[in-house]
Parts: sequence; structure tokens; C-alpha cells
Amino acid sequence: MFIILRSVIFRIIAVLTESSNPKDVDALIAKEVTKRYTGHLALDRVSITIPEKTIYGLLGPNGAGKTTLIRIINQIINRDSGDITVFGEPLNARHVEQIGYLPEERGLYKKLEVGEQLLYLAQLKGLSRAEAMKRIKVWLEKFEIKDWWKKKVEDLSKGMAQKIQFISTVLHEPRLIILDEPFSGFDPVNAQLITEQILELKEKGCTIIFSTHRMETVESLCDHIALINKSKKILEGPKKQVKDQFRSNTFVVEHRGNHFHLPAERYELIRQKPVGEDLYETVIRAGEGIKGNQVIRELIDLTEVQSFQEKLPTMADIFISLVKAEGDEALRKHLLES
Amino acid sequence: MNKVLLIIQREFLNRVQKKSFLLTTILVPLIFPAIMGVVFYVMLKDAESAQAKAVMVVDESGKFRFENSRKFTFAPVDLTIEQAKKAYQEPDNFALLHVPAFELDKPEGFTIYLKENPSIEKLSELENVLEKQIRDMKLRAFNIDEETLKKLESSVSLKTINLSETGEEKASNVGVLNAAGFLLGILIYMFVLIYGIQIMQGVIDEKTSKIVEVIVSSVRPFQLMLGKIIGIASVGLLQFLIWIVLISVLSTAVMGYFGEKMPQQQIAEQMAGQLGGEEAKQVVENQNNEVMEVFSEIGQIPFAKIAFVFVFFFLGGYLLYGALFAAVGSAVDSIQESQQFQFPITLPLLVAYLGLFLFILRDPHGPVSFWLSIIPFTSPVAMVGRIAFGVPDWHLVLSMALLVIGFLFTTWIAARIYRVGILMTGTKVNYKVLAKWFMMKN
Repeated sequence: MFIILRSVIFRIIAVLTESSNPKDVDALIAKEVTKRYTGHLALDRVSITIPEKTIYGLLGPNGAGKTTLIRIINQIINRDSGDITVFGEPLNARHVEQIGYLPEERGLYKKLEVGEQLLYLAQLKGLSRAEAMKRIKVWLEKFEIKDWWKKKVEDLSKGMAQKIQFISTVLHEPRLIILDEPFSGFDPVNAQLITEQILELKEKGCTIIFSTHRMETVESLCDHIALINKSKKILEGPKKQVKDQFRSNTFVVEHRGNHFHLPAERYELIRQKPVGEDLYETVIRAGEGIKGNQVIRELIDLTEVQSFQEKLPTMADIFISLVKAEGDEALRKHLLES
Repeated sequence: MNKVLLIIQREFLNRVQKKSFLLTTILVPLIFPAIMGVVFYVMLKDAESAQAKAVMVVDESGKFRFENSRKFTFAPVDLTIEQAKKAYQEPDNFALLHVPAFELDKPEGFTIYLKENPSIEKLSELENVLEKQIRDMKLRAFNIDEETLKKLESSVSLKTINLSETGEEKASNVGVLNAAGFLLGILIYMFVLIYGIQIMQGVIDEKTSKIVEVIVSSVRPFQLMLGKIIGIASVGLLQFLIWIVLISVLSTAVMGYFGEKMPQQQIAEQMAGQLGGEEAKQVVENQNNEVMEVFSEIGQIPFAKIAFVFVFFFLGGYLLYGALFAAVGSAVDSIQESQQFQFPITLPLLVAYLGLFLFILRDPHGPVSFWLSIIPFTSPVAMVGRIAFGVPDWHLVLSMALLVIGFLFTTWIAARIYRVGILMTGTKVNYKVLAKWFMMKN
């Protein structure tokens, strides 16, 4: 009897400590989220887990369902089924104030002054007018646009308006920031500025969801990624892990003299091309279980090696290979274009 | 709720701070008394310059005894018509009347010579003078003396009294009631249309500027719609309030200025001077009585009740149509595109507007008037048009209840279309698509 009671108490203590440990709380967990529009399935049992304080890339071609998922997280539309947990709590109306959202289709009130505009949007997110005023001033100073307060949005350039939109997204200091194609239409200078701000926000402890179909953004910024294609999630994980998973044991060798013969039963010659006077670049794929060091060892005996490196897959490579596997020609074309 | 208040405040300030709001709010009330002022001014000038017109008369029959009136002075001349035509060329002469010798049974051959084309009004006044003379002559031919002729003259103004079922008597003046019904009905019609379109414009602006997705990530689409509708209503109410205050102040000022010089008063006094004695007193009294009656009838209109009914139907009608205009705005990408969907909304409003003139003001208690004032889509215009004429309480209660139900119903439909529509840009929308949106799960 006593033993049973003791084990129950232990169990309770274990549960309590587990749930109160902030390390275990993910920023967002979606389980089997499904959304159907008349005659078309927009999300098909999509599950994702977004760890806190990461930059999470939500990738996929246009029409894959990214925006639908984001709108569901923002409670703009409702899901048909599935569970969503934000910071350990089921998604509810209070989360609106903890989420900052920069939609792909974004704009501002054209006739409204910058200051009033930001005040209004911040107040809708639950800030008091005084607090909003204070924070707007800080941000305008940060972007060196203090004298814009009285300017009407219609008098701003597109790049200027984008700064204001970004400020309005982060003004209420949300813990979760969702950026849908944040760089579309940004000029390089602004894109750089925003990138810096995003990294700074991550340092401060924000979790950032990045929705995009542009692979270079993912390559440099994201820690985690998920790929959504045709309403389904087809891949998810830390970026490094995903890349490792798609490593093909391919190496690039720069060498003098074009003759070397690696044993054909263990190596595959992908291509060879001259890159200078008596200088060649050869791409080889090693057989399973052969490590880089072994390849170098074998090469040194055969040719004069100038450089050697493993060819890691880019995100674009991974997607193309995945999509090929899915046999989706249209997506491949789309990715090549972008 | 707090957020709805924020939206109301924003929508209100957005519009009130515009220069165009200031301009229309001040200019419209200026236009109204300005028009009144011009009308009064012209009337006054007219009355001042209204000297009696000199009419030369060549009376070959010798039967007429023309009396000068304030419009005409008759100058019988002893000339042949040919001579008179020459004499007529004098600049002071207005007309030359030629009365040939005629049989009393067959009065014809009267001719008038003029320098310019006369107004119909002047012509018929002269004809009246002749007709009255001939009628008097005929009466005299039947041996009716002067005294009796005088007594035959009488001035009648019909006094209408409403006899209610309880036997209560209420004096009424159809003219006053008509004016009240007309004014109130038009006011609601205009308000619903003008501000309904403003709601639609506002929704389209938010949709095309693409701010809407940010907003609905902070508030529910329904809150946004409600905030917009109420915000714009408060702009309209403020504007109307300013108009009413300004118009009544300015109109009173204009009336006060011209009122002392009003021709009516002068004319009455003038006539009294001309007629002299008992008769004059009676004329003045009659006139005063009429004025008094109008005032007493205005006083008897149950103002509190009408004001309440007006405000109720004013807001009810606005909310009912406002939600529909918001739904149309959410479905389209531009004002041009909205035309096709605006039509079915404005149609019942137009029916109510026409019904006001064709049925309600003519026959406020007829079956068509009844139905127009009961059906929620037409009742805001129709009921306030009827209310001054006196409406049974059960009509009023039924109509109000139906209006509330109607407004909840249209808001429900509109909200379902709105929540989907605002996020759909670049879609070709028709009624089938709207139905699909309406059916869509949240």
C-alpha cells in the first residue's frame, strides 16, 4: 500500500517538474493539422515542432499550404482538425499578443501618418498607447527615421514602407515572429538591415518562423527547416541534420595531370573538367562507408592534389532530389526558376 | 470589446480629421440658408417692385366696372380700338384690353394686346377678373342686389380633425404631416446610401492596400467589420448633428432678418388699408388664424415619439444596410467591380424611396404603405414617412421587431461573406462564389 502511494507521489512530482521546466517547452507544436477548402485539401495532417529560440524555415512552392498554416497559427482562419500548442498552451485568443505577423500580402493605411499608424497597430496588439509611443520612438531611432512620424504612408517609398511594416510586426515584442516571404520586394540594403534585426531578435530569445520558397535565405539564416509540398509535410529537422541526411559522399578534387584511376568498384567518376593550365577539377562519389581521409590517402598516390573538399548538398539540391522522388516535375521547374 | 472601441475610434478620427469632412460639414448648412436667403430676397424684391400693372381698357360693351386691385389698375379710355393701339405705345402701359359689344349669354371676342409675352399667371388673373365681372353681371340680371353679392363672397379653409377610435379629437394639417414624412424619409434614405457606400469604400481600401491581413491577425474579422460600421455611423451622426444645429441657427437668423420685411404681412396690411373697416379685420384675422393653426398643429405632433422612432429606424436601417455594404466591399477589389453587387442592395432602398412618394405620403394608411413600413428592408424609410400621420402601436412594434431581426440576419450573412472575402484578392467573384464563401466553414 505504502509503496503504491509512494510511487504515485513520485509520479506526480515527476509530472510537475517536467511541465514546469521551461527547457521542454517548444515555441509551437502542430499535430495533424488539416484544412479543407471546398473541393481542395489545403493542409493534409501536417505536424511540425518549432523549438524555442530558433529560426525555423517553412519551405515549399507557392500553393503548397504554407500561408494556410500560417493563417491558422495566427487564428485568421480555423483548422478543421488537429492540435496546435503555442509555448505549451493550446492555441487561444491571448496568443495574438505573443505573435508578430508580417504577411506576404502586406500594406499600410495609405492616408495615415507613420506614427499614428504604428500606434494603432500596436494598440490592436494589446499595448497601451503610452508604451507603444515609447517603443515606436526607439525603433524609429534605430532605423534612423525619427523625422518620419508625421509623414503619410502614401508619401513613402516602397522600401521605407517596408521598414514601417517590419517595425509594426515586432513592436509588441512578440515571442513568436512569423515572416511570410519577408524579403520579397526588399532592396538589398533593406534586406540586410532586416536580416540583422532578425538575428538580433533571435539573440534576445524570439522564435522566428520564416516562410519562403527562396533557398538562399534558408541556407544562411535558418536553424530548422520543414518542407511542405502539395499540402503535406515531406521533411523536417535541424538544418545540419537534414544536410547530413542528404550527404551523398561526393568529393571535389583539384589536381594537376588528368590521369588517375580510382578503383571502379568503390568510386564513381561524376565529371572532370579543366579549370586552368594543366589543372583539373574532378568530382567523384565514394562508395558507402568510405570516409574523406581514405579518399585523400588513395588520391595522393595517383595525382598531385591541389585542393580537396566534400561537396555538401545545398537546400535546393535536397529539394530537387526529394521532389524528383515524388515525381513532381512542376515543383522542380519552379525551384530551378527561383 | 476594447479592440472594437479602438477600431471605432480610428475609423472615426480617420474621417473627421479629413479636410473634406470639415468642408462638407460647414458648407452644406451654409448652402441651405443661403438658398432660403436668396429665395426670400427675390420674393422681397418682387413684392417691392410689384406695382400694379396699367391696363388700358376699350370697353365697347359699356358693361364693365373694373375695380383696381394690387395687381392691375384699369384705365377705361374713350377711344376706338385703332386709336387706343396708338395710345397704348406709351411705356407705362402694360396691356390693352379690348372688350367688344357682346351678349351676356355668349361672352366672346375679348382680346388683349401686349408688348411682350405675358406669364400664364398674369393671363389667368386677368381672365379671372373678366369672369368674375361677367358672373356678377349675370347675377344682377337675375335681380340679385349688391348687398347679396357681397355676402356671397366667403373665404374657406378646410380644417381637418382626426377622430380617433377613442373619440379623441386631434387637429391635423395634412401639409405639415406631409412635409414631416417627406423630410424624415429622405433623410434616412440619404444617410443609409451615403454612409453605406462609405463603409464599402473603407473595406475596399483596406483590402486593396493589403493592411487587412495584419489587422485580422490582431482582431476577429467580425470585430473589424463592426468597428468600421459603428465608426462610420458616429461620423455620420456627428455630421448630421452639426448640420441640424447650424441649419437651424442660420435659418433662424435668415428668417429673422427677412421676416420683418416679409411680403405676407405687408400685403395683409395693405389690403386692410384698401378695404377698410370690418372686412379688413376679417382678412387679417383669417390669415392670422391660418398661421396659428399651422403652429398649433406642429405643436400637437408627438415630437418625442417621432424623434424616438426616427432615431431607432435611422440606426436600424443603417446597420441593416451597412453590413451588406461591408460584405460587398469585401467581395470586390475596386469600386467599379462593386456595381453588380450594389444593385440588389440599393433596389429595396429605391423601392422604399419611391414608395414614400407614390403611396405613403398619398395614402399613409393603405395596404401598400402598411407593408412597406413593416418589411425591414423598406421600413426605415417608409415607417418614418408614416409616423407623423399616426401609426397604430402594433404596427410600430411589429416593424421595429422585424427590423432588429432583419439587421441581425443581414449582419450574420454579411459577416460570413466578409471574413472570407477580405483575404481573397484577384478572384473573379459572382453570386455563386459568394454563396460558396457563405457556406464555408470558419
